[in-house]
Amino acid sequence: MIRLERRPAPSRAWAWATPLLAVLATMVAGGLLFAFLGKDPLLVIRTIFWDPVLGEFAFYYRGQLLVKAGPLILIAIGLSLGFRAGVWNIGAEGQYIMGAICGAAVGLAFYPMEARWLIFPMMVLAGGLGGFLWAMIPGILRTRFNTNEILVSLLLVYVAEQILAWMALGPLRSPDGAGFPGSRNLRHYDAAANHELIAGSGMHWGVVAAFVAVILSHVLLTRHILGFNIRLAGASPRAARFAGVSPGWLVLTCLGVSGALAGLAGLFEVAGPAGQINIDFNVGYGFTAIIVAFLGRLHPVGIMLAGFLMALTYIGGEAAQATLGVPAAAIQAFQGMLLFFLLALDVMTNYRVRVDVRARA
Amino acid sequence: MKKIVLLAAVAAMSMNLPAFGGSHGDGPVKAGFVYVGPIGDGGWTYEHHQGLLAVEEHFGDKVETVYQESVPEGADAERAMTQMALQGADIIFTTSFGYMDPTISVAAKFPDVKFEHATGYKRADNVSTYSARFYEGRAVQGHIAGKMTKTNKIGYIASYPIPEVIRGINSAYIHARKANPDVEMSVIWVYTWFDPPKEADAAKALIDNGVDVVLQHTDSTAPQAAAAEAGVISFGQASDMSEYAPLPRVSSIIDNWAPYYIARVQAVMDGTWESVDTWDGIGPGMVEIGEITDAVPADVKAEAEALRDAIGSGEYHPFTGPLNKQDGSPWLAEGETADDGTLVGMNFYVEGIAGEIPN
Repeated sequence: MIRLERRPAPSRAWAWATPLLAVLATMVAGGLLFAFLGKDPLLVIRTIFWDPVLGEFAFYYRGQLLVKAGPLILIAIGLSLGFRAGVWNIGAEGQYIMGAICGAAVGLAFYPMEARWLIFPMMVLAGGLGGFLWAMIPGILRTRFNTNEILVSLLLVYVAEQILAWMALGPLRSPDGAGFPGSRNLRHYDAAANHELIAGSGMHWGVVAAFVAVILSHVLLTRHILGFNIRLAGASPRAARFAGVSPGWLVLTCLGVSGALAGLAGLFEVAGPAGQINIDFNVGYGFTAIIVAFLGRLHPVGIMLAGFLMALTYIGGEAAQATLGVPAAAIQAFQGMLLFFLLALDVMTNYRVRVDVRARA
Repeated sequence: MKKIVLLAAVAAMSMNLPAFGGSHGDGPVKAGFVYVGPIGDGGWTYEHHQGLLAVEEHFGDKVETVYQESVPEGADAERAMTQMALQGADIIFTTSFGYMDPTISVAAKFPDVKFEHATGYKRADNVSTYSARFYEGRAVQGHIAGKMTKTNKIGYIASYPIPEVIRGINSAYIHARKANPDVEMSVIWVYTWFDPPKEADAAKALIDNGVDVVLQHTDSTAPQAAAAEAGVISFGQASDMSEYAPLPRVSSIIDNWAPYYIARVQAVMDGTWESVDTWDGIGPGMVEIGEITDAVPADVKAEAEALRDAIGSGEYHPFTGPLNKQDGSPWLAEGETADDGTLVGMNFYVEGIAGEIPN
């Protein structure tokens, strides 16, 4: 008889081993899937995990990894603070959209003025503020009326998507666009553009912000009283209350920080890689970041690594589609397996397997 | 492994393009396709993929094709195109309106690669645009819809309020009204090209409001299934959707991209490719009317086919005056036909359509 026995304390070794094992298990199961589809599994796995980093066109893909990982890391860092404290912001996608709209609106309002020193910083502020305020809605509703922030923040994503469509078709629509939806392209407006800092590197201000966020959040969690309070509240809400941590204040802080970071990610994306406010501007970074946060064990460095891994599966997955004809759905299934195996293997962090020799009735 | 070697060879060749003076060398021409939906959507992307398959069949081993499905519009589209260009594509078809800015931006980085952007309006030396006059097919559908409705209510599932969609709504409405002066049309905007549950909900909402003919400008077959369940009539969109014939699907608009794709790939082979703007309809065969089923009375079917042929021969233009705009202001005088410039940027309803274009 095999049974699971709860560990007295979560195993640290397993906590760090499971992501790696999950990746390995995904490779094996994914390889089987690809073989079943008639593709050479080793070739597909190599195309996904190796070629973007060290293959022939890595000079291009490495930059794209930064472009893709930047927003994921930035959002996931914010989310992880809340997740540690037991504050569940599931609506980062909405905050990302609102940050992009607010930031882009500020930039477009100044068009065609050429004062980058003024306009771009104001856009960054507006982007962060937009995400912050959108996250305050579930925050205040929770602290005032005790609503569930999971539900409210998630549903606000759909509200934000409607506002996005309205903006793309109405107030922010490009006057030169012949009636088509979509704002002016911010990349063609130098004062507002979030260009690559070094051409071809993929490095833009959003990626810089993501790295800064990783460092700051690490410092916060290890050196600052707020970080201590966050961890305490997550580990034991009662103990936190006795220690004088105001639960309401903590909820607002966690939602506010994660909202602001998601808003920043949206602003940097709309002014950079995406270029314009459009109906389909958001592509799910806010939701994928939740996976990244957990894959990275809610640890800043882990999140950074997880962000790159996730970006790799996207970029390598696209390459496998385009060069090897692997169907898009197979790549999505492959990404899904990663989360599935992680969750399944996570059991090992809290439980251990015991082989029971006694017979049972 | 063989494929990788080939890829590397083709890639290496294209990296050296300037040395070849802009021709593609001796290897096969490589054509890339960027799709907005899955190739199994049964509609828009499916038909583009049929075009790819036709190119393969026509040229055999003189051509190599690659494609990527479900590519979001924006930064991801740019990467998909760049990836194809890096790996040696000679011509890249980007098959959604939202790929416009990404196409222009990538094309600027790869001056030796030819780009073909569907349904857009921005061109460059190495970027052509192409689209089909779907509104011609809408006229035929409108006529059948007007004749077939018993409740005098027809419904239209619209994707985004862009000129292409608005043209279709106007064309369908004008011809439904001609066939049946009592007809009313309701439009539902779903803000998606492909989202089966949303499309099904829209179809059900229309049917609940008494609509008994459903037209769709979205790509999935979900509205067909909803129409079948409710026992009302529908039309295939982008693809024939003949699995729903003879009812609810009584006819369809089929996008036939194959001849265009073959011609453009041929032009790359011959070195005669030029940046052009193509907007073809029923006449050249880019828009086809799927078989009108026996669920439609013979006289209505004959009228619809006559309308199709008149449009195809150029004898009749679906936007022929007298026509007023929705606010009652005159648009086209008696016998006057719409010019392409107005049609390309169409952002108004014609007189008689209820509701407003959202913005």
